[in-house]
Amino acid sequence: MEVGIVSYGAYVPRYRIKLEEIAAVWGDDAKSIIGGLKVKEKSVPDLDEDAITISVEAARNAINRGNVDASRLGAIYCGSESHPYAVKPTSTIVAAAVGAEPNLTAADFEFACKAGTAAIQACMGLVGAGMIDIGLAIGADVSQGAPGDALEYTAAAGGAAYIIGSSDLAAVIEDTFSFTTDTPDFWRREGMPYPEHGGRFTGEPGYFKHVTSAASGLMDKLGTKPSDYDYAVFHQPNGKFPQNVARKLGFTPDQIKAGLVVPMLGNTYSGSCMIGLAAILDQAVEGDRIFMTAFGSGAGSDAFSITVTDRIEEIRDAGPKVEELLQNPIYMNYATYAKHKGKIKVS
Amino acid sequence: MTVARFWRKIPNRYNLIGTHCTTCGKHYFPPRTMCPTCRRDGKMEAHKFQGKGEVVTYTVIHTAAKGYEMQAPYNLAIIKLDEGPSLTGQVVCGQEEMEIGMRVRSVFRKLGEESEKGMIYYGTKFVPE
Repeated sequence: MEVGIVSYGAYVPRYRIKLEEIAAVWGDDAKSIIGGLKVKEKSVPDLDEDAITISVEAARNAINRGNVDASRLGAIYCGSESHPYAVKPTSTIVAAAVGAEPNLTAADFEFACKAGTAAIQACMGLVGAGMIDIGLAIGADVSQGAPGDALEYTAAAGGAAYIIGSSDLAAVIEDTFSFTTDTPDFWRREGMPYPEHGGRFTGEPGYFKHVTSAASGLMDKLGTKPSDYDYAVFHQPNGKFPQNVARKLGFTPDQIKAGLVVPMLGNTYSGSCMIGLAAILDQAVEGDRIFMTAFGSGAGSDAFSITVTDRIEEIRDAGPKVEELLQNPIYMNYATYAKHKGKIKVS
Repeated sequence: MTVARFWRKIPNRYNLIGTHCTTCGKHYFPPRTMCPTCRRDGKMEAHKFQGKGEVVTYTVIHTAAKGYEMQAPYNLAIIKLDEGPSLTGQVVCGQEEMEIGMRVRSVFRKLGEESEKGMIYYGTKFVPE
């Protein structure tokens, strides 16, 4: 049975902060930070936005774009590392807000930045096994980064939702391959507001080892090579890592250009790779092949090989494109940003 | 707001579910069980509003109620939905963007929370269309 993407939707809050603004507060050299990270600005949630509201907006965009009857959804899985509740599923609120209640299974996923792609895999399994008709997989975050920490320059807000099914496919997912190890490159303990990380350790033993292993594993499994693909998208903790890993694997800058959203968006954690894929679907045509590899600290990578069908033309314009979501931002200063991120507490 | 009180209104708050009288065609939000025009001849059915409408009038809240201090100043408007009924809702945009007659559409936002450890209330707000 062919399994794939029936529809997709993304959501990005309207607020942005420029990296210069953050650097000025901490006395860092903005030019070298921007040059090093290859990120210019990042999205910031509104005061009343969180991983749940972002998930709902992305999910509604996916449902409307594909003109999907939400009561067909047999599963909703929400991947995030910023679920507003420690106990009380994000996915139940999403189910109610999109009109999918009550005959479905739902759960929240957590795997640092790749919880959303793990949700896609779970939906693929259920659809492929014939247990459900269609499933909704979401990756969304209002990413956390401690004030003054390196993460603060990139931790952004946004998400994407994918409806996975076996008919009316806008893109076929040919296969997926995962690579998972116990690598403590980044973590957040229960009750702690901000994550900790291993600094440079997050690079080679974390991101690069897992992304290259999952990507190579999938290409070996399928007998494909980078030149077989029209587009590629990798997890985007900054602009440098995905460009370096693409080069290492043999993908060209042209292949990753469409999905590289991080310079004007920042790292949306669970939404990162999935928003990049949405940006590619916004412009891909029938027959285009897309290679996607997500990465989640802790650590693991999920790789996907995707082929676009002619149905993409029918649904594409029925929802906001990633490029549109990035337009008309409202820029804020650090003080307002700190207020939006809950870094300022009032009793 | 108690947990039960919020829970009962989830369909109305999340998805603007109101009612529609099939006898006279009038829409109601919040939902009514009986059509005040048709009385016993009225036949009511649930209706999901499209969430689009226009601002009838608005005010800007500078002195916010407890729990909303961080959001001040914010826009509170009476919005006439395209299907007919009017409701009060927050319009999320800059004060300078507000205008009587402006078109708005619904979005899903956090309405408030009981406390830091209490439940979070989600529901509908509006943004410029």
